[in-house]
Amino acid sequence: MTRCIPLSTGKPWFWSFAAAFGAWGLLVLFLNGRGAEEAITAALAFAAFFVIVGLGQMMVITLGPGNIDLSIPAVITLSGCVAMRVMNGQDAAILPGVLAALACGVAVGGFNNLLIHLLRMPPIIATLSSSFLVQSAAISYGRGLQVQPPQALQDFATSRLYGIPINAIFAVLLAATVGVMLTRTVYGRSVLAVGQNARAAWLAGVHVGLVRCVTYVLCALFASVCGVLLAGFSGGASLDMGQEYLLASIAVVVIGGSSVAGGRANVPGIWGASLFLFLLVSMLNTLGLGAGIRLTLTGLIIIAVITLAGGETSQR
Amino acid sequence: MFQSAILSQSVFRAALPAVTLILLLATIFTLQPRAMSVFGINLMLNLAVPIALATMAQLFIIAINDLDLSIGSFVGLVACIGATWLNDSPLLGVAALAACVLAYACLGALIHIRRLPSIVVTLGMSFVWLGLAVMLLPTPGGASPTWLRQLMSFRAPYVPVPIVASIIIAAAVHYGLMRTSYGTILRGFGGNPQAMRRSGWSMLRATMTMYALAGLFGVLAGLALLGISTSADANIALRYTLLSIAGAILGGCEFVGGRVSPVGTVLGVLTLALAGSALTFLRISPDWQVGAQGAILIVVLALRAAVARKES
Repeated sequence: MTRCIPLSTGKPWFWSFAAAFGAWGLLVLFLNGRGAEEAITAALAFAAFFVIVGLGQMMVITLGPGNIDLSIPAVITLSGCVAMRVMNGQDAAILPGVLAALACGVAVGGFNNLLIHLLRMPPIIATLSSSFLVQSAAISYGRGLQVQPPQALQDFATSRLYGIPINAIFAVLLAATVGVMLTRTVYGRSVLAVGQNARAAWLAGVHVGLVRCVTYVLCALFASVCGVLLAGFSGGASLDMGQEYLLASIAVVVIGGSSVAGGRANVPGIWGASLFLFLLVSMLNTLGLGAGIRLTLTGLIIIAVITLAGGETSQR
Repeated sequence: MFQSAILSQSVFRAALPAVTLILLLATIFTLQPRAMSVFGINLMLNLAVPIALATMAQLFIIAINDLDLSIGSFVGLVACIGATWLNDSPLLGVAALAACVLAYACLGALIHIRRLPSIVVTLGMSFVWLGLAVMLLPTPGGASPTWLRQLMSFRAPYVPVPIVASIIIAAAVHYGLMRTSYGTILRGFGGNPQAMRRSGWSMLRATMTMYALAGLFGVLAGLALLGISTSADANIALRYTLLSIAGAILGGCEFVGGRVSPVGTVLGVLTLALAGSALTFLRISPDWQVGAQGAILIVVLALRAAVARKES
């Protein structure tokens, strides 16, 4: 334990990639050495969705204690449904559909910020209650929805460039953008500053309210991007398509080495943790275990990884 | 002047959950006068008791500035244990339920010792509870022990039993947490952990106590739910996680500072439980039931914020 502390504080993302590599190694072992490459391709394709929502959640969590976005699953579902409805299976309507879905994301993000800022609601409750509203809207709007995604969107979401899934490339670019934004731009530096000490940041002239607003809107926007891609990838929208992304978005942030107390973000860790999460589940699947054991082991392994890698050093 | 402002604000905070509930009840009774009977209230609030117990479990966790995102799947697991082991071999069932409470206490110890974020640990545990429940009861089924079914379907002549049960739950937790000396110390750890540690109280012990209490109330919630629904399913109570957080906040609890209110919380739960019925009477599609709960949360917290701003 004493040995890994300096390592983990020096490169907090190291452990998430180590865990992902370990899960991949076991997976290949269980497959008797076959399908090692396919496993990586599939992991890249599926982990991309975790990465997209994880990046948004990471920025929100980085804003400091108490900041978290629980509305991500609802936004994914709503924007997936809206996109499918507007596109109505027509290639020509892809652009309006995407724009409508993104507009939903921006609207929900703005609404979240309104609740937090004007009504001074704790972010957990603000995003929780707006997710209740959004969820109902999605149920009401998506009732009887059985629209296939347009062929062009489906082709795009499942296409590959040099053998790499296109959505993985998109997620890498998005992660790089967020990484540069956090370290090189005024906005990104402000997010970190607010997360470390909101009052000090305010005294130093950072526009705390604006920074928070932009962050919540970006988080919801990423969730809606994920919703559209997911609907295109999996052949349509469904009312429970966002469900698993609540745990996933929070878990990848924490396993990836970002500080839950805020002020410290870690972009590469998001990728490592997302790959780990997907490979872990597929590893347990290959073992042919029952659903119950699989769920239990997933939970226990996530907690074990967090216990080993995470753990805040005393701050108060 | 300052003192009276603080006083009136705290009175308002305490009264708000009750006023919300009364307004909602008045709306329902105006729309459908026949609901204003013991039978009607029993029917509308039938499912409020397990939710109230689960919300109390959440309240214990919130009181020490943590959050439990696994209570819903935990309640589901308890219902599954009740419908299988507790029914077939009571001794094994009781042992399993005791182990559940113990697991909760250990969870508290882990979170405290390793300084882990409770949100993440409990989110992971929600998978564990759900997985165990699925292993125990892969398909919906099982049967509630007869005594439990009889207990939960007990109906008194002139008083609605769910209301009486809610009062008992609120009174018990209020006494234990707000009136006893150790209850005050436990809440103190939510207010200022450093000060409590320095005055010689063990934070580890307090955290474990609170988590064990949460586990205990989670067990009670699961059994109550099983008694009402008479059979179990692993997914039966997943909604309780978010509902319990909403109920606690609606009842005037705060996420930080150990500021909790058991009585207000029970009122908040009753309000959320009635939201669904109100929609039916208003002829709004059940699609919007969850949305209505969200809207109530927003309105109540908006009122609270408005008053707080005026007072300051």
